[in-house]
Amino acid sequence: MKEAILERSSVAAANGYAALAFKLDGSHREPPESFVKRPVKLSIKDLVIGYLDKQSGHTMVAVDNVTLDIREGEFVTIVGLSGCGKSTFLNAIAGLVKHQHGEIRVNDRIVTGPGMDRAVVFQKASLLPWRKVGRNITYGLELSGMKPAAAREKAGYYVNLVRLNGFEDHYPHQLSGGMQQRVNLARALACDPEVLLLDEPFAALDAITRELMQNELLELCEKVGKTVLMVTHQIDEAVLLSDRVIIFSSRPAYVLADIRIPIERPRKSVIKDSEEFRRLMNEIWRVIEGNANIGGGI
Amino acid sequence: MRKVTVFPKSNEVKREKIASTLLGSSVILLFLISWELLFQFRFVNPLFISSPSRVVLALLTIIMDGSLLQNLIISGQEFVFGYGVAILLGFPIGIMLGWFKLVRAAFGPFIAAMQATPRIALMPLFIIWFGLGITSKIVIVLLSAIFPLIVNLQVAMSTIDNDLIHVARAYGASRWQVFRSIALPTTLPFLITGLRLAAGRGLLGVIVAEVFGGAAGLGYMIQYAGSTFQTDKVFAGVLVVAFTGITLDFTLDRLGRHFDRWRGEVAVH
Repeated sequence: MKEAILERSSVAAANGYAALAFKLDGSHREPPESFVKRPVKLSIKDLVIGYLDKQSGHTMVAVDNVTLDIREGEFVTIVGLSGCGKSTFLNAIAGLVKHQHGEIRVNDRIVTGPGMDRAVVFQKASLLPWRKVGRNITYGLELSGMKPAAAREKAGYYVNLVRLNGFEDHYPHQLSGGMQQRVNLARALACDPEVLLLDEPFAALDAITRELMQNELLELCEKVGKTVLMVTHQIDEAVLLSDRVIIFSSRPAYVLADIRIPIERPRKSVIKDSEEFRRLMNEIWRVIEGNANIGGGI
Repeated sequence: MRKVTVFPKSNEVKREKIASTLLGSSVILLFLISWELLFQFRFVNPLFISSPSRVVLALLTIIMDGSLLQNLIISGQEFVFGYGVAILLGFPIGIMLGWFKLVRAAFGPFIAAMQATPRIALMPLFIIWFGLGITSKIVIVLLSAIFPLIVNLQVAMSTIDNDLIHVARAYGASRWQVFRSIALPTTLPFLITGLRLAAGRGLLGVIVAEVFGGAAGLGYMIQYAGSTFQTDKVFAGVLVVAFTGITLDFTLDRLGRHFDRWRGEVAVH
């Protein structure tokens, strides 16, 4: 069983290197020029994450030797097939999942567990149903020991930013899915994290709301200039929002390609109609497709 | 600014409610009238069935001579002490059983066995240990009321939304913070349900214990009236007990609705 896994992993690896070779000709591996001079916010080095497969009792590799630097203000997105280990990767950065090898640093400080320097927006809004919107937004701040009144004041800016003012006294069940997800986003932003982690934040929304929320997030990110690491399987979402798109292979995950999105900012959602946007989407899709076919990832 | 609109209740809903209330009350009225007629025309031996008018008369009598109040105070004391201690003990026990796996593994079977035992069967023991006075009844009430509380709180702990715990942990919450900000609020509706069930069981405990081996209280009053063929007084006593139970349940239900406002599906009137 273990040998079989290793063998599959090496086949996938060979495939991955082929994809890398294909990428190495261009300037894709370097971060966008505008970010080169900025300090590294999130640094991931040789990260290996394993998990115990309860059925076989073996330790399986979910994330295989990923190295990644994200600079201040950069928006980086990881795409890959579902179940490829990208969410596990994000959870490890959040400090919720332990890694076996390598290190994660935020502002050069090694991550050992969850902390206020990172905030996660999960796919499900997961708001506390008995708290009104206002107290949900301040939840993260209150956990860090802040008094509700002070937390409210600090969160006020973000309440306006995600356009939730006037809804502070509503209960979560009174809001639509999109609104709930905005509360989720505001809850993360209110903590003013060094790195914002988004785990398929719009995947649970309907197509129209998702599109609207993407535009809002785009606008929001240009305003607050946060360092963001997002995980998604929507390629258009990745291209629209990101400065770089990292493509993960199917399980175990490693970096297949690191593609720069040179579309200049501020962006508007109309760029989706441009030639360049389609070219980038195709490029990403080809890498994913190639990996899925050879690695048998589907 | 958009506002969440709350639709007013339509007239149709209101009319339906009035109709069902009327229907319910007329059935009760019909029952009382037939009962009275059965008595007035001597279809059944009046000694056995009494009549609504005589029950009211008996009720007035025991109110006037002060015997009702006297018994009510004794039964009330037994209930309040037993119920109070049941809450004070049952709440932490239920929470601990739900929260700590090890505690559940250790005490779960013991509590299940205790719960399955009919408490009143232990009454002779309690009379030997605590006498015929108020203490033996308090113990019965305590043992009757505590289990619904423990079981409900334990179940509440198992319904905690794991996604919420995940979020709390991502924001760096300690185990205590997870407990306070997520586990405790989750238990609140279950606590109210537990309190309602416990109140019913406790009341039953008071009456049964007094009927079984009492020297005072409502149960004793009913038992004594029965054994001396004062059927009117038996019914009057039962009426008082039923009324107390309904009032208690209604109050706790209102309390529950107050704490349940955040839940969408529960309509608040």
